[in-house]
Amino acid sequence: MTTNRREFLKIAGASALTLVAPAILCPAWAKENVITPSRALTAQRWGMAVDPSKCRADCTDCITACHAVHNVPNFGNPKDEIKWIWTEPFASVFPAEDHTYQGQSLQKLRMPVLCNHCTNPPCVRVCPTKATFQRPDGIVMMDYHRCIGCRLCMAACPYGARSMNYREPRPFIAKINPDFPTRTKGVVEKCNFCEERLVKGLLPACVEACKEKALVFGDMENTRSAIRRLIESRFNLRRRANLGTNPQIYYIL
Amino acid sequence: MNKNKWGFIILGLAIFVIGITFPFWYGKGKSTPPPLLSLDTPAITALTEKRCVEDTAFMRANHMKLLDAWRDEAVREGHRLYTAKNGRTFEKSLTGTCLQCHSNKEQFCDRCHNYVGAKPSCFNCHIIPGEVKQ
Amino acid sequence: MLEKALKGGRGYWVWIAFLLIVAATGFFFYLRQLDYGLGITGMSRDVSWGLYIAQFTFLVGVAASAVMLVLPYYLHDYKAFGKITVLGEFLAVSAVIMCVLFIFVDLGQPSRVMNVLLHPSPTSILFWDMIVLSGYLVINIFTGWVILSCNRKEIPPPGWVKPLIYLSIPWAVSIHTVTAFIYAGLPGRSFWLTAIMAPRFLASAFASGPALLIIFCLILKRYGRFDAGEKAIQALSKIVAYALATSIFFVLVELFTAFYSQIPEHARHFQYLFAGLEGHHNLVPWMWTSAGLAFTALAMLIVPQIRRREGWLAVACTAVFVSLWIEKGLGLVITGFIPSPLDAITEYHPTGTEIAITLGVWAIGLMILTLFYKIFISVQNDIEGTRFKNNN
Repeated sequence: MTTNRREFLKIAGASALTLVAPAILCPAWAKENVITPSRALTAQRWGMAVDPSKCRADCTDCITACHAVHNVPNFGNPKDEIKWIWTEPFASVFPAEDHTYQGQSLQKLRMPVLCNHCTNPPCVRVCPTKATFQRPDGIVMMDYHRCIGCRLCMAACPYGARSMNYREPRPFIAKINPDFPTRTKGVVEKCNFCEERLVKGLLPACVEACKEKALVFGDMENTRSAIRRLIESRFNLRRRANLGTNPQIYYIL
Repeated sequence: MNKNKWGFIILGLAIFVIGITFPFWYGKGKSTPPPLLSLDTPAITALTEKRCVEDTAFMRANHMKLLDAWRDEAVREGHRLYTAKNGRTFEKSLTGTCLQCHSNKEQFCDRCHNYVGAKPSCFNCHIIPGEVKQ
Repeated sequence: MLEKALKGGRGYWVWIAFLLIVAATGFFFYLRQLDYGLGITGMSRDVSWGLYIAQFTFLVGVAASAVMLVLPYYLHDYKAFGKITVLGEFLAVSAVIMCVLFIFVDLGQPSRVMNVLLHPSPTSILFWDMIVLSGYLVINIFTGWVILSCNRKEIPPPGWVKPLIYLSIPWAVSIHTVTAFIYAGLPGRSFWLTAIMAPRFLASAFASGPALLIIFCLILKRYGRFDAGEKAIQALSKIVAYALATSIFFVLVELFTAFYSQIPEHARHFQYLFAGLEGHHNLVPWMWTSAGLAFTALAMLIVPQIRRREGWLAVACTAVFVSLWIEKGLGLVITGFIPSPLDAITEYHPTGTEIAITLGVWAIGLMILTLFYKIFISVQNDIEGTRFKNNN
């Protein structure tokens, strides 16, 4: 990094301004509501770094937290299964990097996988109703009101990140979180980078739940963000980046 | 042959007429009393704020349009705050805003919806705070 | 003209009643699917498309194949096809209706189907597929019906039909190309990610569609007092032979690329299809049946002595149809998901409900086709009858 002084001050000043501006512009909002623009976490492009070496063996904290917050049902069979974040062995996550002489530690490693919130998402391209779309901050969102359940996005996703509600999910949710809707049968769902939490100023549930700090979440476009500095300093891989999807989950290996 | 043809035509017309008038004679004699709306139920008197997002007449006529607009703006555009005509602001949220006061869905939503035969699918996904399985 | 479908012999009504029962059974099971959700089928998180979408893909090909009659007749004035182009157009109509129904029964939220029109998305190939399919349906209903009406009155078809017919030729190619693009444009599915997908679809379509038409012509000759003519059927059988040869060639070309390059992402799907993968070989017997039938049928069709005998021709055409139905209606769609992007192998077994709904949709399609063909034959027989009277 060879940012000169002037450049640095410019960025720092601009960043500071974005933090203060909403509070100055709309002070009235700050009082009456939970959701206030000044509290919300915002970014130019959200991304996540995963350091699987920090994961404890058989730890499922991130999965449990995510699935509880988002009312993800558990049908108890792999056929109808719905998952937003789960773990896979190294060979499944990075098939091209797997070989016989790969170290045991890496081969045995199970790493969290989730929607990659691609910058160039094939699922958004193929959706016939714009039920899945990309927000300006990079989050690939589902509008469950609009999804017709054609499952073309599931065929298009190169990461297997999408699940279909093959059955009515409500009876299979152990404990419903009243702050987040459930889904209805016949729609596709996936990770939403906890946009409903970001707007309240909270980090994604998986990131918050991880005691080992294996998940780092932040703005990829902000040169001073923790995630950006981490990605710049450590070797990392992205899943099937050769497909041109530009995934935003970075695996530090 | 010709006579036969007319027979078929009349039979067809008769089936058609019976078919399209079915709802009228099926529902004849039955009457469903309109729901009696009372504004001083114990639930309402317990509320500190008795004003909805907009005034009652507007909400009665337009709540479905308002909710549709909220839905698209909140989910698709990320605009989550609604500024009412009188300047107050609200979070655009069915469970988080509407149902906090209108907590009794059966009394408040269902009675009218059942009466007019409207079947909104909101609650297939959105949660009624009182009905959460604990 | 519609009233002609209401007069028929005992066999005709028994057939209609049979189709109605199958369709009603399918509808009953569809109501159950509507109630339970698509989980009632064999589709899963990994294999998220199954029998329905496979039938849709196969039937788009059958629909497109009408062009194999229209093109020689209208562009090259090949008179022998004059009598049967309408049959091809009606086959296209019923095939497209089946396609639409198969898409519909595959939707998780069928009540929201109009969202495709309310929120049009030009980047989605499915959106374009809907446009080309509905356009093709309208074109074929119009041309088929108008030409048949004119035949009946023994007047030449009105001038505006011609441009519509010419339009139907590229349009037929477009429906199957766009359908192939649904698959061929997905980055993560190496099995489908091939530029030859659209040509391959068209080749197999131009074999399976005309083969089906030959079978129908032979049935009509036997039971329907309608003779399409030796020349027309022989010409069709040559089309089937060439298209089948091309289709086999295209599949072999795919196999070469996958296996000679030995890129696992490409080869593993074909391995699953023809040899089985890690102990999973559900589709292997099917695919070898398909391959066996295809080569046998090709051998039969290229020998003129065999091709000219109606019995053998019927056998060959049935073999072509079954072979390509397996290849496209089973193998092509399902194998795209096996192995999954995470390299998991999940087998797919259609459930009874799924099969009943599938048969129900086929029954509806065959019923529409039967009604159209019944009208067509009655009109033809009336013309022959009046000619016979006039000549005496």
